Amino acid sequence: MFGLVQMCDTVKIQPWLFNVDLHDAIKVELNRRFANKVVCNVGLCICLFDILEFKDSFVFPGDGASHTKIHFRCIVFRPFIDEVVVGKIKGCSHDGVTVTLGFFDDILIPPEALQQPSKFDETEQVWVWEYETDEGTHDLFMDVSEPVRFRVVDETFTDTTPSTITATNETKQEVPYKIKAVISEPGLGLLSWWSNG
Amino acid sequence: MEVENPNAAMLSNYEVLKLLNEYVDEQKKTKQTRSDQNLSTITYETLKYLNETPASVQNQDSIETAVKALRPFGLTKAEKLQMINLRPTTAVEISLIIEESEERVTEEQIDDIIEIISHLPELPAEETMEEEES
Repeated sequence: MFGLVQMCDTVKIQPWLFNVDLHDAIKVELNRRFANKVVCNVGLCICLFDILEFKDSFVFPGDGASHTKIHFRCIVFRPFIDEVVVGKIKGCSHDGVTVTLGFFDDILIPPEALQQPSKFDETEQVWVWEYETDEGTHDLFMDVSEPVRFRVVDETFTDTTPSTITATNETKQEVPYKIKAVISEPGLGLLSWWSNG
Repeated sequence: MEVENPNAAMLSNYEVLKLLNEYVDEQKKTKQTRSDQNLSTITYETLKYLNETPASVQNQDSIETAVKALRPFGLTKAEKLQMINLRPTTAVEISLIIEESEERVTEEQIDDIIEIISHLPELPAEETMEEEES
């Protein structure tokens, strides 16, 4: 689910931070830049792991800040395809079931990826798995905040860097990192469905 | 910004939990009042999630023992990682984690894997936690 990603970036340290140890100042700056941010095709950065290498710092004419090229590693959340993860149901809608991990909640289980047959209960606004047994069907509800085990099948990264073309229609907010999940296999779905007793 | 290696290493939930806990302790020690909002949010939320997973009761020794014991089954790194992170207790969970499990492992082997994983520390049952809270 988590991994390390090696990156390289030039860090600018303002002159009023020159009294701080360079290592600490860069750590703070890199965390400010990456913590809780999605990097396109990399994943959701949690925090800085370590700094591998400092290049020489340099100063530009007319700018008091120092610029240092840094090689570093970040802890990144990016479940691999086919990974099984446990989360909690955030909500149900006609589009499917959304799942949250607390720190990340752009996980969607589309209707066709639910246990079959499932139906959307309009009055309760939840998805229901119509589990068939010899004695008839059992309705298994997917209530909000229930723990759910799912398999990651697809991921979508959207570049949300502001551009001049899209600046005019900023009405809809783009999600930078989306995960598509399925629960249509034995053992997947609400934990309570599969626990003994 | 350049990405030099998007997959430098995989981390288990336990390792991330340990790193974040160390980080929070360090933060408390140095008493940084002007700490970064984004960083605090993500560490708090990730810790909250991880503390509800089996990672919160694991330790290095138990993980090392389990990984060594899982070696003969020919599992991939990712499969072993999920075994540690999810601590499966039933055959159906094991077959979810192991790709094409029917061809690669026998039923006896699945039982053996369950036995190995059961030596990992167990999360306290949810009922008792709720009782404690009330």
